[in-house]
Amino acid sequence: MTASIATNQTILVVGGGISGMTAALEAAECGKQVILVEKTPTLGGRTAQLYRYFPKMCHPTCGLEINLRRLKGNPNVKVMTMTEVTAVAGARGNYNVTLKVAPRYVNENCTACGDCGAAVKTEVADAFNYGLGKVKAAYLPHLMAYPQRYVIDPSIVATADGEAAKSACKYGAVDLGMKEESLQINVGAVVWATGWRPFDANKIQPYGYDRYANVITSVEFERLADPHGPTGGKLLRPSDGKEAKNIAFIQCAGSRDENYLRHCSRICCMATLKQTQYVREAFGEDAKSTVYYIDIRAIDRFEDFYAKVWQDKTVSFVKSKVARIAENAANGNPVLHGVNTEGYHRYATEHDLVVLAVGMEPEVKGVKLPDDIVLDSSNFIEGSKDGGMFGAGAASSPLDVNRAVQSATAASLKAIQVIHKSASTEAA
Amino acid sequence: MSDLNTQAVARYKNNFLKEVEERVEDGHWVKMCMQCGVCAGSCPLGPAWQHSPQKIFMMIRAGKREEVLSSDSMWMCTSCYNCIVRCPRKLPITHIMHGLANYAHRLDMAPKGQPTREIARLFWNNLVKTGRVNELKFSLAMYFKDGVVQGVKNAMAMQGIGLGLMKAKRLNPMEIVGGHTCKGKADIQKIVAKAREIEDRRRGLA
Repeated sequence: MTASIATNQTILVVGGGISGMTAALEAAECGKQVILVEKTPTLGGRTAQLYRYFPKMCHPTCGLEINLRRLKGNPNVKVMTMTEVTAVAGARGNYNVTLKVAPRYVNENCTACGDCGAAVKTEVADAFNYGLGKVKAAYLPHLMAYPQRYVIDPSIVATADGEAAKSACKYGAVDLGMKEESLQINVGAVVWATGWRPFDANKIQPYGYDRYANVITSVEFERLADPHGPTGGKLLRPSDGKEAKNIAFIQCAGSRDENYLRHCSRICCMATLKQTQYVREAFGEDAKSTVYYIDIRAIDRFEDFYAKVWQDKTVSFVKSKVARIAENAANGNPVLHGVNTEGYHRYATEHDLVVLAVGMEPEVKGVKLPDDIVLDSSNFIEGSKDGGMFGAGAASSPLDVNRAVQSATAASLKAIQVIHKSASTEAA
Repeated sequence: MSDLNTQAVARYKNNFLKEVEERVEDGHWVKMCMQCGVCAGSCPLGPAWQHSPQKIFMMIRAGKREEVLSSDSMWMCTSCYNCIVRCPRKLPITHIMHGLANYAHRLDMAPKGQPTREIARLFWNNLVKTGRVNELKFSLAMYFKDGVVQGVKNAMAMQGIGLGLMKAKRLNPMEIVGGHTCKGKADIQKIVAKAREIEDRRRGLA
């Protein structure tokens, strides 16, 4: 079907993370019509999964709330969640986009009361917590989810659990008969804000992420520190639930490596410096963070934060790319092997927990994009050859939230220019 | 100092990195090292040698010519290739180490009596003489490399294996006189000489 929700004066934003929300809002606040599509059931993206931001150590919920308020107050943006772009045809100023909308099995009547979740017994992996822990198969993705509506996992739709969810709902919001839909829209410009994903740590064989319970990734550590995370904000290690006071952070886990990711992911040094402060907050002077690094890349103004962490007695720095990790079978401690290149000292050091500062790769890596899209050597989106589609935020380069927002604003302006140009051509 | 060495010092003065880039196999990779140390940590012989690869590369850049060329490190490499596999910059570290060993040997700067160097030298001389490795002569040369007394001791210690090999017809004692050779012995020697001439010209050693 062809929906009449859009014209060639509309801007399509793909991806509802911080960049996509920003791009959509900036254009909408300039009076443009915008459609914001998001693959998952909620806006917020990976920003919502962070505990704190660097360097101010403030909470992402604050910025997200401001953006959600802007969104709720702006009729120019139409948000479509659980929606993916499957094809783009046409050219700059006049694209024909095919969308696929997955069924949520919950309609607009939902008040997020939680009765369906209480009625359902099946549990599924908790995507919001990167699979650390489980959620009920009828769930609210997270507390700040937008729209504030439950989702029913497809695995229980045809089961008794699905019926239980339906009969528990007082508002008639559960609709197990929903089907996948496909629709076509006409838009003038497209902003690809498809974001990033953490590099798959399983590929770094010598680090044993797949073999050792106490080797985790930086995004998982972020969830451990969050009071809404699987441990209620306590830094407990996965193998035995012991407090992890002596933590190793391994930088460039995947990044700056011709075998994995060629690029510097740019944010991981700052993310680790930030996370050392979570350890300090949790354990005070008993905390012990060790950062294994090649060189610390705290870009521009962040140097101050680095200097501050350097002064922290609970944090030490070892200039070395760790060669391999083994495990002390007696206590489950990971043992790091390598050579400290400052003085060339060989070490075999035990820690309670290892956090791999994994790199960023584009979420769309491996996904078939329109032929017209130009990617860089690491598969980040540069834009389209016809100048009507743009990369924004972490889809275009490894960026922190602040820079992603700047990038999204820039992309939004470029999209507005495309719309203006096609409007003036039509008028003439 | 060997003539070649004097020449090299005169030609490159203090620019040892340039010397390595021009004269050592895969030497142009040295400047790509970012000193992460993963090669050193991955080396199974790491604790046994003087300088780890990334240290050697830094020493090259720092112009520590004497120390690098007389280091035993390059001679300790067992070609396990762990360093090449893990190097984030894809430096062919194993090859560079062998290249350095070869160059140090040519200049006669390599450590005297270093066992790997001695075995390599004996093997090479044995091979090019006839175009085939004479295993009996090669083993005896190895036994006796540290003198007659040590040689006899070594031979006595290994006699069981030697007799076993003879019984199984894997070792012919008559090889001690001349030994078998190959048809184009002279041609092989010519090929080797020509290859060396080309190689030396390319590396500026001729």
